[in-house]
Amino acid sequence: MPFDVNAIFQIAGIGIIVAMIHTVLKQAGKGEWAEWITLLGIIIVLYMVASYVSELFQEIKRVFLFK
Amino acid sequence: MDIIQIVGLGLVATVLTLIVKEQKPMFAFMIAMITGIIIFLFLIGKIAEVIQILERMAVRANLNMIYLETILKMIGIAYIAEFGAQIVRDAGQGAIASKIELAGKVLILVMAVPIITVIIETVISLFPS
Repeated sequence: MPFDVNAIFQIAGIGIIVAMIHTVLKQAGKGEWAEWITLLGIIIVLYMVASYVSELFQEIKRVFLFK
Repeated sequence: MDIIQIVGLGLVATVLTLIVKEQKPMFAFMIAMITGIIIFLFLIGKIAEVIQILERMAVRANLNMIYLETILKMIGIAYIAEFGAQIVRDAGQGAIASKIELAGKVLILVMAVPIITVIIETVISLFPS
């Protein structure tokens, strides 16, 4: 049964890239932009995680609750 | 050889979490959460097979399906409460995690009340009045 492991690598990649951009922007003196980039990254990742959580809850309902 | 895949996935996710945690703890938390979800999605197909076999045995034994359904619901509530509580505790909110566990226990107790009532009525009807 294949499962979607790519999401883990995607989230780790987004995290590393956001941290990098954050550092670069802060060095360039644009601290406010850096905060916005962090917020954007967190929103994107949160969207992915939310879709996974929804899938998990649907499966649990299918298997355990509503036969 | 499914267990090797799962252990490998867990190890890779742990390494990634440690890498990301230094810069952004939020992303590390998300990785941990999604790893738990993926492992469970992997397992749920097998759990469904076992449950189907149990159901077939229950039908053959002329068991009332309400009892099996209640037990399955309890297992579902227990799993989902445990999952949520562990993730919340990982994020450092032990108090909220305890409340989630309490809610799971209370909801399971509420579902068990009809069965307990049936048992007690059966026992009472055994006594000669």
